[in-house]
Amino acid sequence: MSTEALVVFDGVIKKFGQFLAVERVDFEIRKGEFLAIMGSSGCGKTTTLRMLAGLEAPTEGEIRLAGKRINDLPTWQRDTPMVWQSLALFPFLTVRENVEFSLRMRKIEKAERQRRVDEWLERMQITEFADRNVAHLSGGQRQRVALARSLVTEPEILLLDEPLSALDAHLKVRMQTVLSNLQRELGITFVYVTHSQSEAFSMADRVVIMSRGRIEQIGNPQEIYRAPRTKFVAEFLGSSNIFSGQVTTAGNGMIRIATPAGEFDAVSGAAKALGKGDKATFVVSDDRIQLSNQRPETGNALRASVVGEEFVGATAVVHLENPAGGLELKAQKSHEELEHLDLSPGAQVWLSWRPEAAHILPGE
Amino acid sequence: MSPHNRNQWIDWGLKLYILLSFAFIFAPIAASFVFSLNVDRFPSMPLGGFSTIWYEAVYADPLVWEGLRNTLVTGVVVSLTATAIGFGAAYTDFRYRFFGKPVYLALALLPPTIPVVILGLAMLAFLANIRLSGEIYSVIIAHVVMCAPFAMAIIRLRLSQMDPSLEAAAWNLGASEWMAMRHVIVPFCRPAIFAALFITMAVSFDEFAVAWFVSGLHETLPVKVLGFLQGQVSPRINVIGTFVFLVSMTLVVLAQLLLMKRSAAPKAAGKVE
Repeated sequence: MSTEALVVFDGVIKKFGQFLAVERVDFEIRKGEFLAIMGSSGCGKTTTLRMLAGLEAPTEGEIRLAGKRINDLPTWQRDTPMVWQSLALFPFLTVRENVEFSLRMRKIEKAERQRRVDEWLERMQITEFADRNVAHLSGGQRQRVALARSLVTEPEILLLDEPLSALDAHLKVRMQTVLSNLQRELGITFVYVTHSQSEAFSMADRVVIMSRGRIEQIGNPQEIYRAPRTKFVAEFLGSSNIFSGQVTTAGNGMIRIATPAGEFDAVSGAAKALGKGDKATFVVSDDRIQLSNQRPETGNALRASVVGEEFVGATAVVHLENPAGGLELKAQKSHEELEHLDLSPGAQVWLSWRPEAAHILPGE
Repeated sequence: MSPHNRNQWIDWGLKLYILLSFAFIFAPIAASFVFSLNVDRFPSMPLGGFSTIWYEAVYADPLVWEGLRNTLVTGVVVSLTATAIGFGAAYTDFRYRFFGKPVYLALALLPPTIPVVILGLAMLAFLANIRLSGEIYSVIIAHVVMCAPFAMAIIRLRLSQMDPSLEAAAWNLGASEWMAMRHVIVPFCRPAIFAALFITMAVSFDEFAVAWFVSGLHETLPVKVLGFLQGQVSPRINVIGTFVFLVSMTLVVLAQLLLMKRSAAPKAAGKVE
C-alpha cells in the first residue's frame, strides 16, 4: 500500500432536488488500500460510492480517478465495477455467463474470455457451479459469483455496497476473510460501504465515518477507536462514556474540566489549545474504567448507580447512571474483576479512570 | 386453514359450484364442436351421425380462406406492432420519472376500457376521414390500438419483478444503454414478451366489433361468420367457431404457460437465500 492517491473527491456535493445527500466531501482514496465508508442509513455513504461508480453525477465539485476528472464519464466507460447489496446477478444467465458478461460487453475475443472466466471461477472456487443458473446457488456461492463478475476485468478499484448484509453471521465472518485475503493478494483498491462497525474495523486499512452527508472522521481503525474526533463518532462507536463541560484550569499538559457530574482531569494531548472557560468534551472508553466499592485515592472518580449487567462472552458490560450529571455510563470488565462488587440494580459503585484515559474530542 | 376445521358440505358445495360455472361457460362451445361433426343440416337431437362434410365444405370455400388470410396477416402484424409499442411504454414507465406520469399511464392503459362499439365507430369515423378505412391495414391500426395496452400491462408486470439495480449493474460492467437493453432488459422480459405476442394475437384473432366497422371488403374471419349467419344457418359456422376457439385457446394457454414459468423462477431464487 502506498500513500499515492488513486481517487480524489474534491469538494463534492450531491443534491437530489432540494435534498442534500452529500453536503461536501473532500478526501482521497489511496492506491491499494482497503477503505471502508461507514455511517448509518441516509448518511450519504452509498451516494458517495455511486458517484465514484458513475451512477450518479456530482452536483458540484470534482472526482478524479488516477488524476483525470471523471465527473461526466458514463459508468460503462469507467472501470469501476461494483458489488451490489442485492448482488444484482443476472437471473437468466448461468454462473459462467454472469462472470463473462463484462468481457463480452468490452468485446474481448472468445478464447481470451474463456481463459479469464476459467481463471476467476477457479480462483473463487465456483468452477463446479459454472453451468448452473445463479438462482440455484447458496448465499455464499452467489457472493463469490458477484465478486468474480466484478473482478474478471482486473480493475484497479473495486466498489462494494454492503455486500454482506444479506448473509448470516457465520458466513459473514467467513466472507470477510475471503475479501481481506483477496484484496491483499490482488493489491487493488477496495472501497467498502457498510453500516457495520465490525465489518469496517476488521477489514479496512482506513475508515471514513460519515453523518448527514459530511465526513466526521477519517483514520485507521485504532486511531478512530482510541481518539474519536467528534461526539458523533464517539456515540456511533458506542463504547465510550462521554462528558461535556467547561475548562476551569489549563496548563502543564493537563486540563481540568467542570461537568455537571463533577470536575475531572484530562491530559490535553493532541487537542487544540483550550483555555479557561472554553467548552470541552472528552470520552473515556468503557474498558478503561475501574469499578470499586470505595472512592479510590487518586484519579478521576464518579459515583453512579447500577442499571444492569450485560454478558459479552469473556467480559461483561456494566451499565450505570449518574442522574445528577445526566449521564449514562458503562464499564467493560472481566468477570473476576466484578466478583467482589454488588451489581444489583440500584447499587452504588465508584467509577474511576486515570487522566491519561480521558480523550478530549478535538472536533467539538 | 387446516383440513379438519373445514365444513365438508360447504367444501362439496363449492366444488359443485365451480363445476357448474365451467359447464355453463363451455357447454355452448362443446355443443358447437359436437354439431360441427354431425351430418344433419340443423342442430337438433338426437344426432344424425358422424361426418366431416361440413369441414370439407368450409375447406372448399374460397371466402373462408380469404377471411382466414386476412385474420392471420392482421394477427401477426398486430401482435408484433402492439408488443413493440407495449414494451416501449412499459420500459418508459419502469425507467423514467417525469411530470404527468400518472396521466401517461392512465392514457396508455385506457383503450380496453372503452366500449368496443364506441371504439369501432370512432375508428371508422377517424380512419374514413384520413382515407385509411376499408383496407386490411385499417383493421391492423384499430387492433394495435386495442392490443398495445395488453402487451404493456404484461411486460410492465414483468419489469416490476426486476431487481432495479440489474440494469445499472449492466452499465457498471461496461454495457452501454443499448447493450444493456439487448443483453439484460430484453432477455429478462423474454417470457413476458412472448406472452404478450400470443395474447395480442389471440385478441386480434377473434375480435369482431371493431373489425366489422373498419374492415370494409377485407373481412376477417369473425366478420365473415356474421355474414354466414345472416344468409343461412349452416353447420359451417360450428366448424369455423371450433377452429377459431382452438387457435385462440392455444395462444392463450401458451401465454399462460410462459407467465407461470416466469413467476416460478424468482420463487426458486428466494428459496435458496
